[in-house]
Amino acid sequence: MAVSEYNQEMEFFVDMQRCIGCHACEMACAECETNGQESMIHVHYIDRAVSVQTTVQVCMHCDEPACATVCPADAITKDNFGVVHSANTSRCIGCSNCVLACPFGVPIKFEESELMMKCNMCYDRTSAGKKPMCATVCPSQALYYGTREEIRKRRPESVPVNTFKFGELEVKTKVKIMMPKGATKIIVD
Amino acid sequence: MYRLVKTLNRQALVNATVSIFVVIAIVIAGSRNLQNFDAALVAYLFGTVFAVFGIAYRYSVWLQRPPTRLYWYRSWQFLFSKNFIPYALRSLKLFLRNILLQRFIYPRGKLRWFGHLMLAVGCVLAFAITIPLTFGWIHFTLDPNSISTYNAHFFGFVVTSFELGTPIAVITFHALVWCSVIVTIGAVIMLRRRLTDGGLIATQTFEGDWLPLFLLIAISVTGIGITYDYTFLQGRTHQFMSVTHAITVILFLIWLPFGKFFHIFQRLAQLGANIYKVEGMKRGMAVCPHTKEEFASITHIEDLKNVSKKLGFDFSLKNGGSHLDLSPEGKRSALAKAHYKARKESGKFFG
Repeated sequence: MAVSEYNQEMEFFVDMQRCIGCHACEMACAECETNGQESMIHVHYIDRAVSVQTTVQVCMHCDEPACATVCPADAITKDNFGVVHSANTSRCIGCSNCVLACPFGVPIKFEESELMMKCNMCYDRTSAGKKPMCATVCPSQALYYGTREEIRKRRPESVPVNTFKFGELEVKTKVKIMMPKGATKIIVD
Repeated sequence: MYRLVKTLNRQALVNATVSIFVVIAIVIAGSRNLQNFDAALVAYLFGTVFAVFGIAYRYSVWLQRPPTRLYWYRSWQFLFSKNFIPYALRSLKLFLRNILLQRFIYPRGKLRWFGHLMLAVGCVLAFAITIPLTFGWIHFTLDPNSISTYNAHFFGFVVTSFELGTPIAVITFHALVWCSVIVTIGAVIMLRRRLTDGGLIATQTFEGDWLPLFLLIAISVTGIGITYDYTFLQGRTHQFMSVTHAITVILFLIWLPFGKFFHIFQRLAQLGANIYKVEGMKRGMAVCPHTKEEFASITHIEDLKNVSKKLGFDFSLKNGGSHLDLSPEGKRSALAKAHYKARKESGKFFG
């Protein structure tokens, strides 16, 4: 219905190592109109017993989203820009398959309303050519939204990587993680 | 044509064909060999038969998807177990609460819940009236011994009688008018949301979100038009009113299996998902190796491992475990640890 002004040159870059756990992104995320004042971002300690390091997680918008594939209600869709949208409210049956199948632990199930919600990269903003809320407020640029050229200048020692290995499974995503130069994938096992 | 038929799903085609034969059979039986069938409603009957075919076809295709099939199978398995009575009662309670009263929408917004309830109540009541009328199950006759008593027949048997001009006659003969008013109120509330909610404006589509509301309003307005015509216009515009109403209703019936309205039939799966969750909790909970906390049922995790593997997502790890054994928080931490490890090995955490 709305004419999209989605700028495909703009990309989302995440660097969890830069997260300082300030929760500013959480507050900003709740301002996104597609979420109904709920924050869809995850900020928490990685392992509080041994470190004060925090991590931040947005939806990685997989090329082949596991959440959509295991959804029994066909409620999750990916659009032409590669954005994996939050569950269609009329279809979602609140089964939590997506919550448990997402390899990045992103979707959230709201028990009372029997509904899954997730980050859709602030579609109300990005489809109008603006930046996602979280990336506009992140003080340490753990979350960064810009062009490939901009990130190359800012992080000359890092490269954006969008290939993840979970055991034998390889997952490719729209959102990139900043890795040391030379890295081509991130191995989670 | 043959090539088109070949692309169809065979099982779904069989189910859909059987469904329309069942509909035709219950029309013949319920209308007493068509003697009570109202020929003026034949176009509505064809529309309904098409809708039944489409819904049965799509539902059958939908059930063939591995995750849907699993929930379908598990729901019946758990319902018809030794816990049949508690699960049946629970399902009944949830049916009243979530399907009829739609309480699960209430936390999403009070006005939104009210608007959707109006849509649902109006549509369900209208279906409950029009389908038996179209199938010839219900018809009205003037009592042979009176000029003001109407008899209501159901399956050919007189079930009730009432005097013309009485409140019950007004309510009965205008039942669809009340439905139209209720549906229109609901549709206007939902239209207002779609015009003012920034999130909806960004994500909505014409065919997915606006067309269903336009169709419901068109059906309601043209339906009220028929009553308006015979009440105030002495029936002068009857043909126009009845034809436009028939067109909108038939368009609705044709659109029913394809568009947003299909969620009416999908929604019942929510009851199955609830039983699945409760039974899973009884069977034992999975504990996340990272957070050391319970996060889902073991049944759910094991089922999901099998289903995701079937769908090409094998989360098995080298150590024999599975990435799915981790809770969502555990998965996020595992990714952060992998990121930290890679950074540490490179000797540079930033830059």
